Amino acid sequence: MKIGLFIPCYVNQFYPEVGKATLQLLQKYGEVGYPSGQTCCGQPMANAGCEKDGVDALKVFYDNFKSYDYVVGPSASCVLHIREHGEKLYPNMKPILDKVFDLTEFLFDVVNEENLIGSFPHKVAIHKSCHGLRGMRLGQCSERVTCNPSKQDELIKQVQNVTLVQPQRADECCGFGGTFSVAQPDVSVRMGKDRINDYIQSGAEYITSGDMSCLMHLDGIIQRQKLPIKVIHLAEILASNSTLASNEKQHHVDAI
Amino acid sequence: MSTQYKTHQEGAKEFNKNPDRVTWHDKALWFVREKRDISAHSIPEWEELREIASQVKAHSLSHLNKYLEQFEENAKANGVHVHWAKDAAEHNQIVHSILEKHKVKNVVKSKSMLTEECGLNPFLNDRGIEVVDTDLGERIVQLANEHPSHIVLPAIHKKKEEVGELFHEHLNTEKGASDPTYLTRAARTHLREKFLNADAAITGVNFAVAETGGFVVCTNEGNVDMGANLAPVHIACMGIEKLIPKVEHLGVFLRLLARSATGQAITTYSSHFHRPAEGKELHIVLVDNGRTEQLGREDFRKSLNCIRCGACMNTCPIYRRSGGHSYTYTIPGPIGAILSPGKDLKKHSSLPFASTLCGSCSDVCPVKIDIHTQLYKWRQLVMKETNYEKSKQVGMKFAGKAMGSPSLFNLMGKVGNIFLKGPRAFIYNGLNAWGIDRELPVPTETFDDWFKKNEKKNDK
Repeated sequence: MKIGLFIPCYVNQFYPEVGKATLQLLQKYGEVGYPSGQTCCGQPMANAGCEKDGVDALKVFYDNFKSYDYVVGPSASCVLHIREHGEKLYPNMKPILDKVFDLTEFLFDVVNEENLIGSFPHKVAIHKSCHGLRGMRLGQCSERVTCNPSKQDELIKQVQNVTLVQPQRADECCGFGGTFSVAQPDVSVRMGKDRINDYIQSGAEYITSGDMSCLMHLDGIIQRQKLPIKVIHLAEILASNSTLASNEKQHHVDAI
Repeated sequence: MSTQYKTHQEGAKEFNKNPDRVTWHDKALWFVREKRDISAHSIPEWEELREIASQVKAHSLSHLNKYLEQFEENAKANGVHVHWAKDAAEHNQIVHSILEKHKVKNVVKSKSMLTEECGLNPFLNDRGIEVVDTDLGERIVQLANEHPSHIVLPAIHKKKEEVGELFHEHLNTEKGASDPTYLTRAARTHLREKFLNADAAITGVNFAVAETGGFVVCTNEGNVDMGANLAPVHIACMGIEKLIPKVEHLGVFLRLLARSATGQAITTYSSHFHRPAEGKELHIVLVDNGRTEQLGREDFRKSLNCIRCGACMNTCPIYRRSGGHSYTYTIPGPIGAILSPGKDLKKHSSLPFASTLCGSCSDVCPVKIDIHTQLYKWRQLVMKETNYEKSKQVGMKFAGKAMGSPSLFNLMGKVGNIFLKGPRAFIYNGLNAWGIDRELPVPTETFDDWFKKNEKKNDK
């Protein structure tokens, strides 16, 4: 299986550890290629009302990933944008859209991972990013009367020594929202503060999520206010303890 | 009247100057949202109900001409006067002419967002007619000379102490008294007198049934019945999208409405009206006011499914933290943000952006309106057809070009990283909205650089 590693722009710039953890996880399932020269999925423009300005980004994405069996990225939000708007904005995308997955989906639905070997001896709260939860249905949202499996919970429970804690509000938005975070900083930050307080109250040492963008926003507040909680991407928890194994495997990585 | 902000940002900024109030407002509405959750989750077929409701609405809206004519015919046969208004001005004229004919001076009105949308109260006031809103929450905002900040809970932005002060001033309650039961009793006495002296009653309509020509109004306070049954003239004003084909469909909508709105199984009163009582008059005003136009917009017609439950407001994390008055339209919150651009794209251009597109509104909506998807689509139109945030448009164009060129994008990333390593005053200043209350992430070796380095190492 040839897997293309999709690294969102801000993960590349600011959170290389998330990329490394994703790479390590994926190497278990096949030959992982990382096309250099990735830019962005175009979501920032689209959500700002300028979706056509994101077409060139989609072209780059398509060229980078067209030859893979699967394309996997550690971001529900970016993947959802490509899936929901990719074909309309850049019709050539159509044949690859079914192959693009968020990391959680890939692990849970595609390879049916049931034996993660990590260990993470901490109290962790999962921040259910809206695009993952309501856009991709990675779990059961509090609004609907349905029974969706909570895929991130199921995966993280395989990691040893993790204690999952529940906040009061199971799935309220963190307030990031792309350009919303800078267009309406007052409300955005207020929403973030409320989420963080809820997670702190729940006793969590870490907030984890499948979307680093939510965590970037929350961490910005945590750092400024010096709050007693940390953020970590889900991939880093799922890949904990597998560093050695992955270093050995590194030479299998197929760079393009 | 309360301040009308030019943009949602402006109103939200103002609201957030008082963090304690934000906390209180958020909690009050979240409490309602939680009640809704308990109520919805006690119905195993909830999702099925939503689906049926959505389909009934889709069917009704796509056969609206047929059902409107059927409704008119049946209502007329029942002895009801039926009027057609193409817009707000015509609606107000029609209502006024009915009142004038009967020499009406005092009107009691039960809550109707439609008359609010049409600006009926000031129109009638200017013509010497007193209109008293009889829904408690709406009476509170009327006395305060404000607009409702929520479509189901019009005075949700007011604390009980503020209501106490207002009632002291207008209804002679004791100074400093804020006990809700005491205040409600005072309002009841005050309104009772208004009901008894009213020459006409105006009500809204929750559902109109084509096959019977009848309509249903839902309240918890019984004020609709009080007004309509006491006054000699009853005028019911309804948007044309309130129509459903059959009585049997009411069972679907009545089960969804109150549960979604407040978590009650059903409103205290579901009042059915079919014909005037002997010696009295019953009028129905069917109002378009932009609805036909919205129906013609494929991407947005589903917004007309709305049954005005307010669940999208209660769930919206931005509404809860910015208050109903921060929106530039009569109907605030997510649903208002998709209804208003169709009325005036320029005036309401900020509303589709008053969202993180979290999608909670779409999932909570009992008639399955894809609210957040419509917000996204309105954003595209706002940026294409108005001058809203022109500088952002230029920025997006440039960013889009850069993202089409890996080398330029890479260069920008490198320059950005150097900048972020610069002196703090360079980074955290008035130009950086992110940095007012947040730290920026610390730049490090990029994944791309790490990967290339690692690859070389492994090749050796």
